[in-house]
Amino acid sequence: MSNYKVPTMAELAASGESPEILFWVGCAGSFDDRYKAVTQAFVKILNKVGVSFAVLGPEETCTGDPARRAGNEFLFQMQAVANIQVMNGYNVKKVVTACPHCFNTIKNEYPALGGEYEVIHHSQFLQSLINEGKIVLKGGGDFKGKKITFHDSCYLGRANNVYEAPREVIKALDIELVEMKRCRTKGLCCGAGGAQMFKEPEEGKKDINIERTEEALKTGASAIAVGCPFCLTMMSDGVKNKEKENEVKVFDLAELIAKDQGLS
Amino acid sequence: MNILPQVIFILVFAAAGYVLYKRISFLKRNIFLGKAETRNDQSSERWKTMALVAFGQQKMFKRVLPAFLHLLVYVGFIIINLEVAEFIIDGIFGQHRIFAPLLGGAYTFAMNFFELLAVGVMASCLAFLIRRNVTKVPRLTMTELKGWPALDANLILVIEIILMVAILTMNATDQLLAEKGTEHYTALGPLFFSGLIKPLFVNMSEGNLIFVERFAWWFHIIGILGFAIYVTYSKHLHIFLAFPNTWYSNLKPKGEISNMPEVTNEVNMMLGIPTEGGNEPPAEIARFGAKDINDLSWINIMNAYSCTECGRCTSECPANITGKKLSPRKIMMDVRDRAEEVGKSIDDGGKGLEDGKSLLGDYISKDEINACTSCNACVEACPVNIDPLSIILQMRRYVAMEESGSPAQWNAMFQNMETSFSPWKFAPSDRFNWAESVKDEEMK
Repeated sequence: MSNYKVPTMAELAASGESPEILFWVGCAGSFDDRYKAVTQAFVKILNKVGVSFAVLGPEETCTGDPARRAGNEFLFQMQAVANIQVMNGYNVKKVVTACPHCFNTIKNEYPALGGEYEVIHHSQFLQSLINEGKIVLKGGGDFKGKKITFHDSCYLGRANNVYEAPREVIKALDIELVEMKRCRTKGLCCGAGGAQMFKEPEEGKKDINIERTEEALKTGASAIAVGCPFCLTMMSDGVKNKEKENEVKVFDLAELIAKDQGLS
Repeated sequence: MNILPQVIFILVFAAAGYVLYKRISFLKRNIFLGKAETRNDQSSERWKTMALVAFGQQKMFKRVLPAFLHLLVYVGFIIINLEVAEFIIDGIFGQHRIFAPLLGGAYTFAMNFFELLAVGVMASCLAFLIRRNVTKVPRLTMTELKGWPALDANLILVIEIILMVAILTMNATDQLLAEKGTEHYTALGPLFFSGLIKPLFVNMSEGNLIFVERFAWWFHIIGILGFAIYVTYSKHLHIFLAFPNTWYSNLKPKGEISNMPEVTNEVNMMLGIPTEGGNEPPAEIARFGAKDINDLSWINIMNAYSCTECGRCTSECPANITGKKLSPRKIMMDVRDRAEEVGKSIDDGGKGLEDGKSLLGDYISKDEINACTSCNACVEACPVNIDPLSIILQMRRYVAMEESGSPAQWNAMFQNMETSFSPWKFAPSDRFNWAESVKDEEMK
């Protein structure tokens, strides 16, 4: 058997190839120790299924999302225009990303700056692989008979109306999905959006991730599934704060699939 | 025939019309203190949104009980006002129940239906008063409602109840007079709800009955005209503005923040990319982002005037829920209050926008706008598609680009992005390190 491959756009271009999809890794996926595991899990799934993909590798830079949301439009556009030049240079047509913030920015905000791509969140991509029979789930694995809850990320849900794809992925695993009271359009933010990830919260009586974690714990689920690197951090911190990290785990959807497939 | 009542009626009607015209001009001018913005695309989608969200109350039904009570008042308001058309015709021509002989039994049926609605409106308004003042629903008793907003809400409910009492009183006395065969009064079929209060008036003399009936009639019509004027000073403007406000909804994905083309030109120049307008330095840009209402779009200000302060936005705001200062409702109230202040100042020959005050700073603090997670819960919650997030983001742009006054940790994040192309301080050359271990692993 051969090793997993992670080709870059530059390597493929050098040999005259162009992949079907660009996997946009994002900063959290590249640098955050916890989220690197998600990136790796997703890449293993892509290898296993035989999807023609590549990453930008060292050529990728931040989409600019937090800069724009913190009000620094100059910095956002500097990032965006540079990224668009790179992507257009490789003639990218289709982008898949595991980060709803990157997803939203590239899908909705890059077109105004000359970057027009078909952009897919990894939950949607995984759902289509399952529907097409390219991923055949073994069913439950470690989670068999346990409850799992899904935390909607704002930039996937309200921002882009993606509510069902992540749920379909979870249901395909044959695990019992229990909803929090505030879900789908009424989902409560984890507290990290709008560049909050990069600063301490304003003065208040509680942190938002604690409020949301309490709600997730109330469902009695033994795992909290997310589809966003920031939500993963915030919910993991919340579970730790509640000293429940031994009983309740926080996973990304890609990790659930990779586990089921025996890839991790 | 005494034509004095007709003359008075026409004068009252004309005076009310004039005051309304002045008030509408004032509001319109205030809204257009905002910057021009064209949002006329996808007109069929816009009509559909207006039909569903404003006319059909679609988003109200996310909370069923208040939605049902509100629907009763809304339907009552629209349908009972058909009767006002008759009032106006009667008032001008000195007639009484001009449609009664024409419609016959259908008229009695309509009156009974109006009375049913009037009772529904009264019951709903009473329930709303209880929710505000007795059970104190949290979103209806928050600090930003202290003073005028709370009084305004209660006044509206009380006025509506009194107007409905006037209708029932008028019908009851009117029918008693008709039964007595008093001239001008037309006997209708039985009216159920006003029939219930007839015993209150049955012992009155004919003169007193006429007085009560006429008083109720005048009270109702003048009350409605007065209410129409009052609405222009009140949060209750949503009864009209909900319609244009939903027509001009943002139809793009909620996550999309609008581009600033004036910045794109500069960025392209810096990166040496040819731009559409050539590489000429752009004309002087007034201001990046929003400090005051004139930096906002007119749609933002119309949003503010459409807000009826229901607080569904604030009750779903993660920052507000966890005790931060931010309240999306307060953002909308502040925009409206500032527009009112500037508008009044201009009309009084004052300094208007140059009064040394501004929306950001004097009304809205940085602590408020910095606490927003841009999660769109407020936008999703609003029953008339108001967008508080758009205003918050425009103010953040002002703070970041005109004042460099963002929180220190954001400034550090900006710096990381400029130097390391990531919001965190990692070496760009390490970006692809995550792949090493995967590439070393044998595929399963």
